[in-house]
Amino acid sequence: MKSFIPDIDRQQTVISIRGLYKSFGSNHVLRGVDLDLHRGENIVVLGRSGTGKSVLIKVIVGLLYPDAGTVTVLGQEVPELDAHALRDLRLKVGFCFQHGALYDSMTVGENLAFPLKRNEPGMSRKERDKRIEMVLEAIGLSHTIGQMPAELSGGQRKRIGIGRTLILRPEIMLYDEPTAGLDPITCTEINDLINEVQHRFKTSSIIITHDLTCAKSTGDTIAVLKEGRFIRQGNFNDVFGSDEALIREFYEYNFIQ
Amino acid sequence: MEPIEQSDKPVISKQVDGFFITVYEIFGFISRFFREVLRRPFETREFIRQCFYIGNRSLPLISLTGFITGLVFTKQSRPSLAEFGATSWLPSLISIAIVRALAPLVTALICAGRVGSSIGAELASMKVTEQIDAMEVSAINPFKYLVMTRVLACTICLPLLMCYNGLIALVGAFVDIHLNEQTSMDTFIQNAFTNISFLDLAASLVKALVYGFTIGIVSCYQGFHASQGTEGVGKSANVSVVVSMFLIFIEEVIIVQLVNMIR
Repeated sequence: MKSFIPDIDRQQTVISIRGLYKSFGSNHVLRGVDLDLHRGENIVVLGRSGTGKSVLIKVIVGLLYPDAGTVTVLGQEVPELDAHALRDLRLKVGFCFQHGALYDSMTVGENLAFPLKRNEPGMSRKERDKRIEMVLEAIGLSHTIGQMPAELSGGQRKRIGIGRTLILRPEIMLYDEPTAGLDPITCTEINDLINEVQHRFKTSSIIITHDLTCAKSTGDTIAVLKEGRFIRQGNFNDVFGSDEALIREFYEYNFIQ
Repeated sequence: MEPIEQSDKPVISKQVDGFFITVYEIFGFISRFFREVLRRPFETREFIRQCFYIGNRSLPLISLTGFITGLVFTKQSRPSLAEFGATSWLPSLISIAIVRALAPLVTALICAGRVGSSIGAELASMKVTEQIDAMEVSAINPFKYLVMTRVLACTICLPLLMCYNGLIALVGAFVDIHLNEQTSMDTFIQNAFTNISFLDLAASLVKALVYGFTIGIVSCYQGFHASQGTEGVGKSANVSVVVSMFLIFIEEVIIVQLVNMIR
């Protein structure tokens, strides 16, 4: 069972999405999505492949533009931001890619140092090294600092990807399929890491997944996406108490099969 | 608010629409380059690294092709000049050919193959593995870091490589002329440079700058707009080389026409 973080105003909305539409040609991916993420909260977005889960978080971070609707992050309307304001906002929103997206020509240490060098040019080398050490310690991979991404396992790459995002101390974390393609033990480690990040760094998160174990252990709220709309939102027991066919299928596939 | 309905129906045909969209995107890409080139931050370290990679690592291939070009071109030209008893014109003929056409063109074609494919594949691989998106969301400008540095390095290194290629080609030509006509180094240099004008040198430098920019911008564009996973990486590398070479030949014709109008 997840525990709540103290000293956080959980009423404050950090992400607010209203009537979000996004199409690619005639493929209507998102068809009127509404979502609120509160400070300190973890929302898990569940849905089958191709339902627009990743598109949703890419719109939040400004990698994709919505066709209609409003996307407000930390009080700012994302599609209306200019390049400079979007850059500033992105410092507060961390995005963890499905496969880590580590820069494969750089070592782990350099991967972590790169965003710091570019975004905090005044930081001394000593401070930078200290921050990298702290993040690597938090994700339990201090020994990999000199290794190249090609030398890491899938789970380690994902953890380093999370670490690289944490290095800029974001207020919001967006996780794209954090446990996809991993063995159950590594999945549990990633789930624990997501919870630890939430508590230690006091982040609010949206976690995209179709892994119910991940959803159950990391999510305060579960939102189920079907055909471009959320068909159900609530805590795990509320959502999976539903008779909705997709939800039953998900549950049975994950916990009974 | 309901979204505006998007139509999949092409305006003219899918191919024609695609062509115009690509042309529009390429002009957007080039104009972004000129808009951002003088804006901070300047990625000096990455630029130097790219210069080293493009320049220094191309030297062995440039040396070999330069030497062979000079040597072979001299060997091929000798019989024709010998018919008129004019082999003493060889240094002059060869130097004009090297400076005006061979050095810029050979250097550009080699760099299009070696550097263009490498940049196209590298950026395409970064694109399909979401590394470019990862830079965007880390508030790093990937266009500045990846495109600007590579295009500038290509544009600056190509004239230097061209000068080096021309010199090595002249060495190749001298070796063949010295072995066959026993011409001394002093006489060769004197004859070789008598007919080379400032316009020839300036035109070659301009050509090399234009070719360098073309290789850089084409391969970066291809890499930056890669899709379809690993297949897209190969396609980007291939298209970078083919389009760069095609444009280099077109530019060669245009620049030669312009220089002849000035001459």
